[in-house]
Amino acid sequence: MKLLTGNDLKTGFVTWWTGADWSLHIEDAADVGEQGEAILAAEEGARRVNAPYIIAGEATADGPRPAHIKDRIRALGPTVRPDLTLKPADPAAGDWVI
Amino acid sequence: MYKYDEYDQQMVDARVAEFSDQVRRRLAGEITEDQFKPLRLMNGLYLQLHAYMLRVAVPYGTLDSRQMRMLAHIARKYDRDYGHFTTRQNIQYNWIKLEDAPAILADLASVEMHAIQTSGNCIRNISSDQWAGAAADEITDPRPWAELLRQWSSFHPEFSYLPRKFKIAVIAANEDRAAMRLHDIGIQIVEKDGQHGAAFYVGGGMGRTPMIAPLIKDFVPLDDMLSYAEACLRVYNRYGRRDNIYKARIKILIHELGADEYRRQVEEEFKHVKSLGIDPPKAEFDRIAAQFAPPALDASAPDAIDRSDPDFAVWVDQNVAKHKVSGHAIVNISLKPVGGIPGDASSAQIDLMADLAEQYSHDELRVTHAQNIVLPHVRKADLYAIWQALDAAGLATPNLDLISDIIACPGLDYCSLANARSIPVAQKIATRFSDLGRQKELGELKLKISGCINACGHHHAGHIGILGVDRKGIENYQLLLGGSGAEDVSLGTITGPGFDEDGIVDAIERVTDKYLAERTEGERFVDTFRRVGMAPFKEAIYG
Repeated sequence: MKLLTGNDLKTGFVTWWTGADWSLHIEDAADVGEQGEAILAAEEGARRVNAPYIIAGEATADGPRPAHIKDRIRALGPTVRPDLTLKPADPAAGDWVI
Repeated sequence: MYKYDEYDQQMVDARVAEFSDQVRRRLAGEITEDQFKPLRLMNGLYLQLHAYMLRVAVPYGTLDSRQMRMLAHIARKYDRDYGHFTTRQNIQYNWIKLEDAPAILADLASVEMHAIQTSGNCIRNISSDQWAGAAADEITDPRPWAELLRQWSSFHPEFSYLPRKFKIAVIAANEDRAAMRLHDIGIQIVEKDGQHGAAFYVGGGMGRTPMIAPLIKDFVPLDDMLSYAEACLRVYNRYGRRDNIYKARIKILIHELGADEYRRQVEEEFKHVKSLGIDPPKAEFDRIAAQFAPPALDASAPDAIDRSDPDFAVWVDQNVAKHKVSGHAIVNISLKPVGGIPGDASSAQIDLMADLAEQYSHDELRVTHAQNIVLPHVRKADLYAIWQALDAAGLATPNLDLISDIIACPGLDYCSLANARSIPVAQKIATRFSDLGRQKELGELKLKISGCINACGHHHAGHIGILGVDRKGIENYQLLLGGSGAEDVSLGTITGPGFDEDGIVDAIERVTDKYLAERTEGERFVDTFRRVGMAPFKEAIYG
């Protein structure tokens, strides 16, 4: 699967294309398939997200996951500060990242 | 320390106003990211993995308690309650919101700070010896010269769009605590026939193609220093490789031209530049230098230290250095607790260090390129009170220059350029060697980790260096031995095939075990490596 990601203009936070909008949560990401470039171009025009790009992803039982380690770290937060990730209360939340 | 005059303040305030409007236009959708990116980078605002990152300049690593408290305030109000001190003697905030950036820069300007020229192909923050003005071995305080270079390089119209970024360090002692020869220009203030002058080393650097700067001029009269620096930059600006980012640093130009030809061109350019009158009149330099006048220290203050508390004594032995004035000392605060993140400090810790500086160190602090903090002017009689306060705040780790005093870049946990994580490796090594007796047995051992070839973690200059690489999406770590950023400068050599995250920790243990087996009396790790060479270490690592 292919995922579309970028960083939110105002906050810089990592954000994922859901099929209709952007979400901070990788679980909400949609497979953009062959539509990625067209969505990317439209969203660049909308100027809500910085430097959007398409990545390879994998479908799992827990939802989509980026294929590359860099985007897996982006998806959750720094591995060395679980308290600063999107799921600070869940110690197992990062098990799939590394 | 230097205080802004009205021109300094006007320049910084004007930049805050200008950038505030640029941010407004970007948020309003009036300009694109492609248009905005160079503008934000000129103000130190990067976009990293998780958020915007703001890099704040700390000129030559010197700041006062008011400025340090502002750094804590920014961490608390606009970030996530911590900051990261860097190998460029700066501080970075990892979770900045674009809409907050103008307010942050305004707050910084209110205490004579900014983020200008902390990015981009310009002359970056001037770095220096963190013990400047206090070191027992310096011939003069190098900071007035560093400040002069700061003023000269700030908004320099000719050098705002160089072929590539440009880093300058200034020291004034034979012991090099600033990795001077690994800078684009390294200046050492030296003495000859009773006069001070500047030795210019040009063309050093780490990154993809590490090089040690050759000596270009052994003695430039200080009255000519700016003109000579201008000539060095002009030759680079004219002939530096703008066509290839990987060959654009001055080190490549000098390597290709040869030091002799580069020197010849600089000398020729210097003759012209000197006629332009850019070196400041003596009165102006004296005005700057007066602001670095040594603090009033009582040389009759007690020299003895009560070492009856054994934990305190251990800290004194490792983290306290000799001051040029009797009865005083230099306190080095380690930001490397075992298992911690090298260079990180919470807002509460930053505030505490500011308080200690105000109360005990003539209101001065320093940021070191090794990502630690220094209180430069402390009475020995106050050391115990300082240690108690630091210990209560988790800031009294007695590991300066030991194996756990690791330089590490933010790596793949934060940096968009990184290929591998640095911090977890640093944490695992520090934990593996957490026994202080074992660390002291190993002695001075500088371990430096970078998460990519750009070498922000100075891995080439580590006695032991680690470079994180990406092997088909898997983190892999190369091991280097024998580097040094000090006066015995050298570049590390790769041992062989790389390791995974746990494997690199095991490999380092095999290296240190081999060192203990091979060393002779008084030899540091790097000395033993230089004597016996790579072969025995390679055999110990790979069998």
